Amino acid sequence: MLDATAKPLVEIKHMCKWYGEFSALHDINLTVAEGERVVVCGPSGSGKSTMIRCINQLEAHQKGTILVDGVEVKPGMKNIELIRREVGMVFQSFNLFPHMTILDNLILGPMRNRGASKAEATELAMGYLERVHIAGQAGKYPPQLSGGQQQRVAIARALCMKPKIMLFDEPTSALDPEMIAGVLDVMIELAEEGMTMICVTHEMGFARKVADRVVFMDEGEIIEIAEPQEFFSNPQSDRAQLFLSQLLGH
Amino acid sequence: MQSRTAASTPRELRVREEVGLDVRALTRTIWQVAQAVLIFLVLGVLIWRGAQAMEYRWQWYRVEPFFYRVIDGEIIWGPLVKGLIQTLKLAAVSGFIAVSIGFLTAFARLSNSIAGRIIAKWYLEAIRNTPLLVQLFLFYFVLAPIFGIDRFWAGVLCLAFFEGSFAAEIIRGGITGVDHGQYEGADAIGLNVVDKYRFVVIPQSLPLILPPLTGLLISLIKHSAIVSVIAVSELTTAGLNLISDTFMAFEVWFLVAGIYLAVTVTLSISVSLFERSLNKTKR
Repeated sequence: MLDATAKPLVEIKHMCKWYGEFSALHDINLTVAEGERVVVCGPSGSGKSTMIRCINQLEAHQKGTILVDGVEVKPGMKNIELIRREVGMVFQSFNLFPHMTILDNLILGPMRNRGASKAEATELAMGYLERVHIAGQAGKYPPQLSGGQQQRVAIARALCMKPKIMLFDEPTSALDPEMIAGVLDVMIELAEEGMTMICVTHEMGFARKVADRVVFMDEGEIIEIAEPQEFFSNPQSDRAQLFLSQLLGH
Repeated sequence: MQSRTAASTPRELRVREEVGLDVRALTRTIWQVAQAVLIFLVLGVLIWRGAQAMEYRWQWYRVEPFFYRVIDGEIIWGPLVKGLIQTLKLAAVSGFIAVSIGFLTAFARLSNSIAGRIIAKWYLEAIRNTPLLVQLFLFYFVLAPIFGIDRFWAGVLCLAFFEGSFAAEIIRGGITGVDHGQYEGADAIGLNVVDKYRFVVIPQSLPLILPPLTGLLISLIKHSAIVSVIAVSELTTAGLNLISDTFMAFEVWFLVAGIYLAVTVTLSISVSLFERSLNKTKR
Protein backbone atom coordinates (compact mmCIF):
# COMPACT_ATOMS: atom_id res chain seq x y z
CA MET A 1 0.00 0.00 0.00
CA LEU A 2 1.21 3.48 -0.80
CA ASP A 3 1.51 6.10 1.88
CA ALA A 4 -1.79 7.18 3.31
CA THR A 5 -1.26 10.85 2.47
CA ALA A 6 -1.50 10.30 -1.30
CA LYS A 7 -4.57 12.05 -2.59
CA PRO A 8 -7.43 9.91 -3.85
CA LEU A 9 -7.93 10.07 -7.64
CA VAL A 10 -10.98 7.87 -7.86
CA GLU A 11 -13.49 7.47 -5.07
CA ILE A 12 -16.46 5.17 -5.54
CA LYS A 13 -18.99 5.19 -2.72
CA HIS A 14 -22.02 2.92 -2.40
CA MET A 15 -22.36 2.68 -6.18
CA CYS A 16 -25.14 0.48 -7.58
CA LYS A 17 -26.12 -0.32 -11.12
CA TRP A 18 -28.99 -2.27 -12.63
CA TYR A 19 -29.74 -3.44 -16.15
CA GLY A 20 -33.52 -3.32 -15.96
CA GLU A 21 -34.29 -5.52 -12.95
CA PHE A 22 -30.91 -7.24 -13.06
CA SER A 23 -28.49 -5.97 -10.43
CA ALA A 24 -25.13 -5.58 -12.17
CA LEU A 25 -23.26 -3.82 -9.37
CA HIS A 26 -24.16 -3.63 -5.72
CA ASP A 27 -22.77 -1.25 -3.10
CA ILE A 28 -19.33 -0.78 -4.65
CA ASN A 29 -16.83 1.09 -2.47
CA LEU A 30 -13.33 1.64 -3.79
CA THR A 31 -10.79 4.41 -3.42
CA VAL A 32 -7.75 4.54 -5.68
CA ALA A 33 -4.98 6.90 -4.64
CA GLU A 34 -2.67 8.77 -6.96
CA GLY A 35 0.12 6.50 -8.18
CA GLU A 36 -1.64 3.35 -7.05
CA ARG A 37 -1.95 0.25 -9.24
CA VAL A 38 -5.09 -1.77 -8.70
CA VAL A 39 -5.90 -5.04 -10.42
CA VAL A 40 -9.53 -6.12 -10.56
CA CYS A 41 -10.23 -9.80 -11.04
CA GLY A 42 -13.11 -12.19 -10.70
CA PRO A 43 -15.18 -14.63 -12.75
CA SER A 44 -16.85 -13.44 -15.95
CA GLY A 45 -20.11 -11.63 -15.35
CA SER A 46 -18.92 -10.41 -11.96
CA GLY A 47 -19.18 -6.73 -13.00
CA LYS A 48 -15.45 -5.90 -13.24
CA SER A 49 -15.70 -4.21 -16.64
CA THR A 50 -18.96 -2.53 -15.77
CA MET A 51 -17.40 -1.03 -12.67
CA ILE A 52 -14.46 0.58 -14.43
CA ARG A 53 -16.69 1.68 -17.32
CA CYS A 54 -18.77 3.61 -14.80
CA ILE A 55 -15.71 5.65 -13.83
CA ASN A 56 -15.69 7.45 -17.19
CA GLN A 57 -19.43 7.00 -17.64
CA LEU A 58 -19.38 4.69 -20.63
CA GLU A 59 -21.96 3.05 -18.38
CA ALA A 60 -24.32 5.03 -16.19
CA HIS A 61 -24.71 4.08 -12.54
CA GLN A 62 -27.99 4.62 -10.75
CA LYS A 63 -27.02 4.99 -7.11
CA GLY A 64 -24.06 6.19 -5.12
CA THR A 65 -21.30 8.62 -6.03
CA ILE A 66 -18.17 8.47 -8.14
CA LEU A 67 -15.52 11.16 -7.76
CA VAL A 68 -12.71 11.50 -10.29
CA ASP A 69 -9.99 13.80 -9.01
CA GLY A 70 -12.53 15.40 -6.69
CA VAL A 71 -15.19 15.98 -9.37
CA GLU A 72 -18.38 14.00 -9.17
CA VAL A 73 -19.37 12.19 -12.36
CA LYS A 74 -23.08 11.74 -12.88
CA PRO A 75 -25.12 10.00 -15.55
CA GLY A 76 -26.13 12.38 -18.35
CA MET A 77 -23.92 15.17 -17.05
CA LYS A 78 -22.83 17.99 -19.34
CA ASN A 79 -19.14 18.21 -20.26
CA ILE A 80 -18.45 14.59 -19.37
CA GLU A 81 -15.76 14.79 -22.06
CA LEU A 82 -13.72 17.07 -19.76
CA ILE A 83 -13.48 14.23 -17.24
CA ARG A 84 -12.89 11.59 -19.90
CA ARG A 85 -9.84 13.55 -21.05
CA GLU A 86 -8.30 12.91 -17.62
CA VAL A 87 -9.12 9.21 -17.73
CA GLY A 88 -7.38 7.09 -20.34
CA MET A 89 -9.07 3.85 -21.31
CA VAL A 90 -7.85 0.76 -23.11
CA PHE A 91 -10.41 -1.74 -24.38
CA GLN A 92 -10.37 -5.45 -24.93
CA SER A 93 -11.18 -4.88 -28.61
CA PHE A 94 -8.72 -1.95 -29.05
CA ASN A 95 -11.33 0.33 -30.68
CA LEU A 96 -8.77 2.06 -32.86
CA PHE A 97 -10.23 4.11 -35.70
CA PRO A 98 -9.65 1.88 -38.75
CA HIS A 99 -10.03 4.68 -41.30
CA MET A 100 -7.12 6.68 -39.86
CA THR A 101 -3.40 5.98 -39.81
CA ILE A 102 -1.80 5.06 -36.49
CA LEU A 103 -0.41 8.58 -36.20
CA ASP A 104 -3.79 10.18 -36.97
CA ASN A 105 -5.39 7.97 -34.32
CA LEU A 106 -2.98 9.39 -31.79
CA ILE A 107 -3.04 13.07 -32.71
CA LEU A 108 -6.82 13.37 -33.01
CA GLY A 109 -7.38 13.78 -29.28
CA PRO A 110 -4.61 16.30 -28.55
CA MET A 111 -5.50 18.38 -31.62
CA ARG A 112 -9.26 18.50 -31.10
CA ASN A 113 -9.38 18.50 -27.32
CA ARG A 114 -6.38 20.60 -26.38
CA GLY A 115 -5.95 22.66 -29.53
CA ALA A 116 -2.44 21.34 -30.03
CA SER A 117 -0.88 22.13 -33.41
CA LYS A 118 -0.27 19.26 -35.76
CA ALA A 119 3.50 19.51 -35.22
CA GLU A 120 3.15 19.48 -31.42
CA ALA A 121 0.70 16.61 -31.48
CA THR A 122 2.89 14.62 -33.89
CA GLU A 123 5.93 15.08 -31.70
CA LEU A 124 3.97 13.98 -28.65
CA ALA A 125 2.48 11.01 -30.49
CA MET A 126 5.80 9.83 -31.88
CA GLY A 127 7.24 9.99 -28.38
CA TYR A 128 4.55 7.66 -27.08
CA LEU A 129 4.85 5.37 -30.10
CA GLU A 130 8.57 5.02 -29.28
CA ARG A 131 7.64 4.11 -25.76
CA VAL A 132 5.32 1.33 -26.87
CA HIS A 133 8.02 0.20 -29.35
CA ILE A 134 5.99 0.74 -32.47
CA ALA A 135 7.16 4.06 -33.98
CA GLY A 136 7.98 2.38 -37.29
CA GLN A 137 4.30 1.71 -37.95
CA ALA A 138 3.04 5.30 -37.63
CA GLY A 139 1.98 5.55 -41.27
CA LYS A 140 0.06 2.27 -41.36
CA TYR A 141 -3.63 1.65 -40.74
CA PRO A 142 -4.79 -0.34 -37.70
CA PRO A 143 -5.99 -3.42 -39.65
CA GLN A 144 -2.46 -3.83 -41.02
CA LEU A 145 -1.06 -4.40 -37.53
CA SER A 146 -1.21 -7.48 -35.34
CA GLY A 147 -3.51 -7.52 -32.32
CA GLY A 148 -0.66 -6.93 -29.91
CA GLN A 149 0.61 -3.98 -31.92
CA GLN A 150 -2.91 -2.53 -32.12
CA GLN A 151 -3.31 -2.78 -28.38
CA ARG A 152 -0.01 -0.98 -27.83
CA VAL A 153 -1.20 1.75 -30.21
CA ALA A 154 -4.39 1.97 -28.18
CA ILE A 155 -2.34 2.45 -25.02
CA ALA A 156 -0.29 5.17 -26.71
CA ARG A 157 -3.49 6.85 -27.93
CA ALA A 158 -4.84 6.97 -24.40
CA LEU A 159 -1.53 8.32 -23.07
CA CYS A 160 -1.54 11.13 -25.65
CA MET A 161 -4.27 12.83 -23.65
CA LYS A 162 -1.86 12.85 -20.67
CA PRO A 163 -4.43 11.23 -18.42
CA LYS A 164 -4.16 11.21 -14.64
CA ILE A 165 -5.33 7.62 -14.49
CA MET A 166 -5.47 4.72 -16.92
CA LEU A 167 -8.25 2.15 -17.02
CA PHE A 168 -7.53 -1.19 -18.68
CA ASP A 169 -10.53 -3.34 -19.58
CA GLU A 170 -9.13 -6.84 -20.17
CA PRO A 171 -6.43 -5.53 -22.50
CA THR A 172 -4.93 -8.92 -23.31
CA SER A 173 -8.04 -11.10 -23.48
CA ALA A 174 -8.51 -10.73 -27.25
CA LEU A 175 -4.86 -11.34 -28.10
CA ASP A 176 -3.08 -14.38 -29.46
CA PRO A 177 -0.90 -15.91 -26.74
CA GLU A 178 2.40 -14.83 -28.32
CA MET A 179 1.20 -11.20 -28.38
CA ILE A 180 0.33 -10.88 -24.71
CA ALA A 181 3.85 -10.41 -23.36
CA GLY A 182 4.53 -7.30 -25.46
CA VAL A 183 1.41 -5.58 -24.18
CA LEU A 184 2.04 -6.56 -20.58
CA ASP A 185 5.62 -5.24 -20.82
CA VAL A 186 4.29 -1.85 -21.88
CA MET A 187 1.82 -1.88 -18.99
CA ILE A 188 4.54 -2.84 -16.53
CA GLU A 189 6.78 -0.01 -17.75
CA LEU A 190 3.85 2.36 -17.34
CA ALA A 191 3.26 1.13 -13.81
CA GLU A 192 6.93 1.54 -12.94
CA GLU A 193 6.76 5.16 -14.10
CA GLY A 194 4.13 5.77 -11.45
CA MET A 195 0.98 5.94 -13.58
CA THR A 196 -2.21 5.41 -11.60
CA MET A 197 -3.88 2.33 -13.06
CA ILE A 198 -6.96 0.21 -12.64
CA CYS A 199 -6.64 -3.01 -14.63
CA VAL A 200 -9.31 -5.58 -15.17
CA THR A 201 -7.32 -8.64 -16.18
CA HIS A 202 -6.93 -12.36 -15.83
CA GLU A 203 -3.14 -12.06 -15.99
CA MET A 204 -2.32 -13.07 -12.44
CA GLY A 205 1.41 -12.84 -13.14
CA PHE A 206 0.94 -9.20 -13.96
CA ALA A 207 -1.13 -8.68 -10.81
CA ARG A 208 1.57 -10.27 -8.66
CA LYS A 209 4.26 -8.14 -10.27
CA VAL A 210 2.81 -4.63 -10.29
CA ALA A 211 -0.40 -4.45 -8.28
CA ASP A 212 -0.50 -2.55 -5.00
CA ARG A 213 -3.90 -4.06 -4.31
CA VAL A 214 -6.04 -6.77 -5.85
CA VAL A 215 -9.81 -6.32 -5.92
CA PHE A 216 -11.78 -9.54 -6.20
CA MET A 217 -15.34 -9.23 -7.46
CA ASP A 218 -18.16 -11.72 -7.82
CA GLU A 219 -21.84 -11.33 -8.71
CA GLY A 220 -21.62 -7.55 -8.84
CA GLU A 221 -19.99 -7.07 -5.45
CA ILE A 222 -16.49 -6.46 -4.20
CA ILE A 223 -15.77 -9.55 -2.12
CA GLU A 224 -12.19 -8.97 -1.12
CA ILE A 225 -9.50 -6.30 -1.39
CA ALA A 226 -5.97 -7.33 -0.48
CA GLU A 227 -2.34 -6.89 -1.34
CA PRO A 228 -1.37 -9.40 -4.04
CA GLN A 229 0.93 -11.40 -1.78
CA GLU A 230 -1.90 -11.79 0.73
CA PHE A 231 -4.56 -12.42 -1.89
CA PHE A 232 -2.77 -15.15 -3.79
CA SER A 233 -1.30 -17.00 -0.84
CA ASN A 234 -4.14 -16.62 1.59
CA PRO A 235 -7.50 -15.63 0.05
CA GLN A 236 -10.05 -14.99 2.76
CA SER A 237 -13.35 -15.67 1.02
CA ASP A 238 -14.53 -19.05 -0.27
CA ARG A 239 -15.34 -17.53 -3.62
CA ALA A 240 -11.84 -16.11 -4.08
CA GLN A 241 -10.37 -19.49 -3.12
CA LEU A 242 -12.60 -21.20 -5.67
CA PHE A 243 -11.75 -18.64 -8.34
CA LEU A 244 -8.02 -18.96 -7.78
CA SER A 245 -8.15 -22.74 -7.75
CA GLN A 246 -10.01 -22.73 -11.07
CA LEU A 247 -7.55 -20.24 -12.53
CA LEU A 248 -4.39 -21.93 -11.38
CA GLY A 249 -5.53 -25.50 -10.97
CA HIS A 250 -4.79 -26.91 -14.38
CA MET B 1 9.30 -43.56 -41.68
CA GLN B 2 8.95 -39.82 -41.82
CA SER B 3 11.84 -37.84 -40.40
CA ARG B 4 11.18 -35.59 -37.46
CA THR B 5 11.93 -32.35 -39.28
CA ALA B 6 10.78 -31.70 -42.82
CA ALA B 7 12.95 -29.98 -45.43
CA SER B 8 11.52 -26.51 -45.91
CA THR B 9 11.24 -24.60 -49.17
CA PRO B 10 11.73 -20.84 -48.94
CA ARG B 11 8.61 -18.90 -49.90
CA GLU B 12 10.11 -17.20 -52.95
CA LEU B 13 10.99 -20.56 -54.47
CA ARG B 14 7.43 -21.93 -54.31
CA VAL B 15 6.26 -21.16 -57.85
CA ARG B 16 2.59 -21.40 -58.62
CA GLU B 17 1.80 -23.83 -61.42
CA GLU B 18 0.33 -22.55 -64.71
CA VAL B 19 -3.26 -23.72 -64.98
CA GLY B 20 -3.86 -22.80 -68.62
CA LEU B 21 -7.02 -21.53 -70.29
CA ASP B 22 -10.28 -22.65 -68.67
CA VAL B 23 -12.21 -23.55 -71.84
CA ARG B 24 -15.41 -24.54 -70.06
CA ALA B 25 -15.70 -21.25 -68.20
CA LEU B 26 -14.98 -19.34 -71.41
CA THR B 27 -17.67 -21.12 -73.45
CA ARG B 28 -20.15 -20.64 -70.62
CA THR B 29 -19.48 -16.87 -70.61
CA ILE B 30 -19.82 -16.66 -74.38
CA TRP B 31 -23.09 -18.56 -74.29
CA GLN B 32 -24.49 -16.25 -71.59
CA VAL B 33 -23.58 -13.11 -73.54
CA ALA B 34 -25.14 -14.67 -76.62
CA GLN B 35 -28.36 -15.25 -74.65
CA ALA B 36 -28.58 -11.57 -73.75
CA VAL B 37 -27.91 -10.47 -77.34
CA LEU B 38 -30.53 -12.91 -78.59
CA ILE B 39 -33.20 -11.56 -76.24
CA PHE B 40 -32.45 -7.97 -77.24
CA LEU B 41 -32.63 -8.96 -80.93
CA VAL B 42 -36.01 -10.64 -80.47
CA LEU B 43 -37.35 -7.56 -78.63
CA GLY B 44 -36.02 -5.23 -81.32
CA VAL B 45 -37.58 -7.28 -84.11
CA LEU B 46 -40.92 -7.36 -82.25
CA ILE B 47 -40.95 -3.56 -81.88
CA TRP B 48 -39.90 -3.03 -85.48
CA ARG B 49 -42.52 -5.49 -86.83
CA GLY B 50 -45.20 -3.98 -84.60
CA ALA B 51 -44.41 -0.49 -85.77
CA GLN B 52 -44.49 -1.70 -89.37
CA ALA B 53 -47.85 -3.35 -88.83
CA MET B 54 -49.36 -0.07 -87.63
CA GLU B 55 -47.63 1.64 -90.56
CA TYR B 56 -45.54 3.87 -88.33
CA ARG B 57 -43.20 6.02 -90.40
CA TRP B 58 -39.81 6.19 -88.64
CA GLN B 59 -38.24 9.60 -89.13
CA TRP B 60 -34.89 9.31 -87.36
CA TYR B 61 -33.36 11.72 -89.90
CA ARG B 62 -35.42 14.52 -88.33
CA VAL B 63 -34.14 14.17 -84.76
CA GLU B 64 -30.85 16.05 -85.03
CA PRO B 65 -32.42 19.52 -84.56
CA PHE B 66 -33.99 18.23 -81.32
CA PHE B 67 -30.45 18.35 -79.91
CA TYR B 68 -28.81 21.27 -81.71
CA ARG B 69 -28.92 23.36 -84.84
CA VAL B 70 -26.09 25.28 -86.46
CA ILE B 71 -27.20 28.68 -87.74
CA ASP B 72 -24.53 30.98 -89.23
CA GLY B 73 -21.78 28.87 -87.66
CA GLU B 74 -23.35 29.24 -84.23
CA ILE B 75 -24.68 26.30 -82.23
CA ILE B 76 -28.24 26.71 -81.00
CA TRP B 77 -29.13 24.03 -78.44
CA GLY B 78 -32.34 22.15 -79.13
CA PRO B 79 -35.18 21.41 -76.71
CA LEU B 80 -33.82 18.01 -75.59
CA VAL B 81 -30.45 19.45 -74.54
CA LYS B 82 -32.10 22.40 -72.80
CA GLY B 83 -34.49 20.00 -71.10
CA LEU B 84 -31.60 17.78 -70.01
CA ILE B 85 -29.80 20.77 -68.49
CA GLN B 86 -32.96 21.70 -66.57
CA THR B 87 -33.35 18.10 -65.39
CA LEU B 88 -29.77 18.02 -64.17
CA LYS B 89 -30.23 21.35 -62.41
CA LEU B 90 -33.46 20.15 -60.83
CA ALA B 91 -31.87 16.88 -59.72
CA ALA B 92 -28.69 18.51 -58.42
CA VAL B 93 -30.48 21.14 -56.33
CA SER B 94 -33.13 18.79 -54.97
CA GLY B 95 -30.51 16.06 -54.43
CA PHE B 96 -28.41 18.42 -52.34
CA ILE B 97 -31.43 19.50 -50.29
CA ALA B 98 -32.60 15.88 -49.97
CA VAL B 99 -29.27 14.74 -48.53
CA SER B 100 -29.27 17.70 -46.12
CA ILE B 101 -32.80 16.86 -45.01
CA GLY B 102 -31.70 13.24 -44.72
CA PHE B 103 -28.84 14.08 -42.35
CA LEU B 104 -31.01 16.43 -40.26
CA THR B 105 -33.80 13.87 -39.98
CA ALA B 106 -31.43 11.01 -39.24
CA PHE B 107 -29.77 12.96 -36.41
CA ALA B 108 -33.17 14.08 -35.12
CA ARG B 109 -34.27 10.43 -34.96
CA LEU B 110 -31.08 9.38 -33.21
CA SER B 111 -31.08 12.32 -30.79
CA ASN B 112 -32.28 12.39 -27.20
CA SER B 113 -34.73 15.17 -28.05
CA ILE B 114 -38.30 13.87 -27.87
CA ALA B 115 -39.56 16.72 -30.05
CA GLY B 116 -36.89 15.98 -32.66
CA ARG B 117 -37.75 12.29 -32.75
CA ILE B 118 -41.51 12.92 -33.03
CA ILE B 119 -41.14 15.50 -35.82
CA ALA B 120 -38.75 13.27 -37.74
CA LYS B 121 -41.04 10.24 -37.40
CA TRP B 122 -44.12 12.18 -38.52
CA TYR B 123 -42.27 13.62 -41.50
CA LEU B 124 -41.13 10.14 -42.56
CA GLU B 125 -44.55 8.57 -42.16
CA ALA B 126 -46.38 11.42 -43.92
CA ILE B 127 -44.04 11.44 -46.92
CA ARG B 128 -43.76 7.71 -47.34
CA ASN B 129 -47.45 6.98 -47.03
CA THR B 130 -48.78 9.49 -49.56
CA PRO B 131 -48.36 9.36 -53.35
CA LEU B 132 -45.62 11.51 -54.85
CA LEU B 133 -48.08 12.97 -57.36
CA VAL B 134 -50.36 14.16 -54.55
CA GLN B 135 -47.39 15.68 -52.74
CA LEU B 136 -46.45 17.50 -55.93
CA PHE B 137 -49.95 18.97 -56.24
CA LEU B 138 -49.83 19.98 -52.57
CA PHE B 139 -46.54 21.78 -53.11
CA TYR B 140 -47.63 23.40 -56.37
CA PHE B 141 -51.24 24.33 -55.69
CA VAL B 142 -51.14 24.89 -51.91
CA LEU B 143 -47.67 25.68 -50.59
CA ALA B 144 -46.34 27.53 -53.65
CA PRO B 145 -49.01 30.26 -53.59
CA ILE B 146 -48.79 30.55 -49.80
CA PHE B 147 -45.03 31.03 -49.77
CA GLY B 148 -44.84 32.69 -53.18
CA ILE B 149 -42.43 30.23 -54.84
CA ASP B 150 -42.35 29.48 -58.57
CA ARG B 151 -43.00 26.13 -60.24
CA PHE B 152 -39.32 25.20 -60.52
CA TRP B 153 -38.78 25.56 -56.77
CA ALA B 154 -42.09 23.89 -56.00
CA GLY B 155 -40.82 20.91 -58.00
CA VAL B 156 -37.38 21.04 -56.38
CA LEU B 157 -38.76 21.16 -52.83
CA CYS B 158 -41.31 18.44 -53.44
CA LEU B 159 -38.63 16.08 -54.82
CA ALA B 160 -36.23 17.04 -52.03
CA PHE B 161 -38.73 16.28 -49.28
CA PHE B 162 -39.78 13.05 -50.96
CA GLU B 163 -36.27 11.68 -51.50
CA GLY B 164 -35.09 13.22 -48.22
CA SER B 165 -37.28 10.79 -46.30
CA PHE B 166 -35.54 7.84 -47.94
CA ALA B 167 -32.13 9.48 -47.56
CA ALA B 168 -32.84 9.85 -43.83
CA GLU B 169 -33.32 6.11 -43.37
CA ILE B 170 -30.24 5.29 -45.46
CA ILE B 171 -28.12 7.69 -43.42
CA ARG B 172 -29.54 6.48 -40.12
CA GLY B 173 -28.77 2.92 -41.16
CA GLY B 174 -25.21 3.89 -42.03
CA ILE B 175 -24.65 5.65 -38.74
CA THR B 176 -26.09 2.89 -36.59
CA GLY B 177 -24.06 0.42 -38.67
CA VAL B 178 -20.80 1.79 -37.27
CA ASP B 179 -19.44 -0.52 -34.58
CA HIS B 180 -20.38 0.50 -31.04
CA GLY B 181 -16.74 0.24 -29.97
CA GLN B 182 -15.91 3.18 -32.24
CA TYR B 183 -18.27 5.42 -30.28
CA GLU B 184 -16.65 4.24 -27.05
CA GLY B 185 -13.18 4.79 -28.49
CA ALA B 186 -14.12 8.35 -29.39
CA ASP B 187 -15.74 8.91 -25.98
CA ALA B 188 -12.77 7.48 -24.15
CA ILE B 189 -10.33 10.00 -25.62
CA GLY B 190 -12.74 12.77 -24.65
CA LEU B 191 -13.99 13.95 -28.04
CA ASN B 192 -17.11 16.10 -27.86
CA VAL B 193 -20.25 15.02 -29.70
CA VAL B 194 -19.56 17.05 -32.85
CA ASP B 195 -15.97 15.83 -33.19
CA LYS B 196 -17.04 12.28 -32.46
CA TYR B 197 -19.39 12.28 -35.43
CA ARG B 198 -17.20 14.41 -37.68
CA PHE B 199 -13.96 12.48 -37.34
CA VAL B 200 -14.97 9.00 -36.24
CA VAL B 201 -18.56 8.03 -37.01
CA ILE B 202 -19.48 9.78 -40.28
CA PRO B 203 -16.27 8.85 -42.15
CA GLN B 204 -16.86 5.21 -41.28
CA SER B 205 -20.53 5.30 -42.18
CA LEU B 206 -19.85 6.73 -45.67
CA PRO B 207 -18.94 3.35 -47.20
CA LEU B 208 -22.26 2.05 -45.84
CA ILE B 209 -24.23 5.11 -46.97
CA LEU B 210 -22.80 5.80 -50.43
CA PRO B 211 -24.04 2.77 -52.43
CA PRO B 212 -27.71 3.08 -51.43
CA LEU B 213 -27.48 6.87 -51.65
CA THR B 214 -26.36 6.53 -55.28
CA GLY B 215 -29.43 4.45 -55.92
CA LEU B 216 -31.47 7.22 -54.33
CA LEU B 217 -29.93 9.93 -56.53
CA ILE B 218 -30.61 7.81 -59.59
CA SER B 219 -34.23 7.39 -58.61
CA LEU B 220 -34.32 11.15 -57.93
CA ILE B 221 -33.27 11.82 -61.53
CA LYS B 222 -35.97 9.46 -62.74
CA HIS B 223 -38.63 10.83 -60.40
CA SER B 224 -37.82 14.35 -61.58
CA ALA B 225 -39.81 13.49 -64.71
CA ILE B 226 -42.97 13.84 -62.65
CA VAL B 227 -42.61 17.62 -62.38
CA SER B 228 -43.59 17.74 -66.06
CA VAL B 229 -47.19 17.62 -64.79
CA ILE B 230 -46.72 21.10 -63.33
CA ALA B 231 -45.00 22.11 -66.58
CA VAL B 232 -41.51 22.66 -65.26
CA SER B 233 -39.47 22.82 -68.46
CA GLU B 234 -37.29 19.74 -67.99
CA LEU B 235 -36.46 16.78 -70.21
CA THR B 236 -39.81 15.00 -70.10
CA THR B 237 -41.71 18.25 -70.69
CA ALA B 238 -39.43 18.94 -73.65
CA GLY B 239 -40.27 15.48 -75.00
CA LEU B 240 -44.02 16.05 -74.58
CA ASN B 241 -43.78 19.39 -76.39
CA LEU B 242 -41.75 17.88 -79.24
CA ILE B 243 -44.32 15.14 -79.74
CA SER B 244 -47.20 17.57 -79.90
CA ASP B 245 -45.23 19.54 -82.51
CA THR B 246 -43.97 16.66 -84.64
CA PHE B 247 -46.08 13.55 -83.77
CA MET B 248 -42.84 11.53 -83.63
CA ALA B 249 -43.82 9.75 -80.41
CA PHE B 250 -41.69 6.63 -80.89
CA GLU B 251 -38.44 8.42 -81.73
CA VAL B 252 -38.84 11.06 -79.03
CA TRP B 253 -39.64 8.64 -76.21
CA PHE B 254 -36.75 6.39 -77.22
CA LEU B 255 -34.46 9.42 -77.18
CA VAL B 256 -35.75 10.70 -73.84
CA ALA B 257 -35.39 7.27 -72.23
CA GLY B 258 -31.92 6.93 -73.74
CA ILE B 259 -30.84 10.27 -72.31
CA TYR B 260 -32.09 9.35 -68.80
CA LEU B 261 -30.28 6.03 -69.10
CA ALA B 262 -27.03 7.70 -70.18
CA VAL B 263 -27.17 10.09 -67.21
CA THR B 264 -27.98 7.47 -64.58
CA VAL B 265 -25.43 4.94 -65.86
CA THR B 266 -22.73 7.63 -65.91
CA LEU B 267 -23.62 8.57 -62.35
CA SER B 268 -23.50 5.03 -61.02
CA ILE B 269 -20.20 4.26 -62.77
CA SER B 270 -18.53 7.41 -61.45
CA VAL B 271 -19.73 6.72 -57.91
CA SER B 272 -18.42 3.16 -58.02
CA LEU B 273 -15.06 4.52 -59.21
CA PHE B 274 -15.13 6.99 -56.32
CA GLU B 275 -15.92 4.19 -53.87
CA ARG B 276 -13.06 2.15 -55.22
CA SER B 277 -10.66 5.06 -54.64
CA LEU B 278 -12.06 5.41 -51.10
CA ASN B 279 -11.29 1.77 -50.42
CA LYS B 280 -7.88 2.07 -52.00
CA THR B 281 -6.74 4.75 -49.55
CA LYS B 282 -7.72 2.45 -46.72
CA ARG B 283 -5.47 -0.44 -47.70
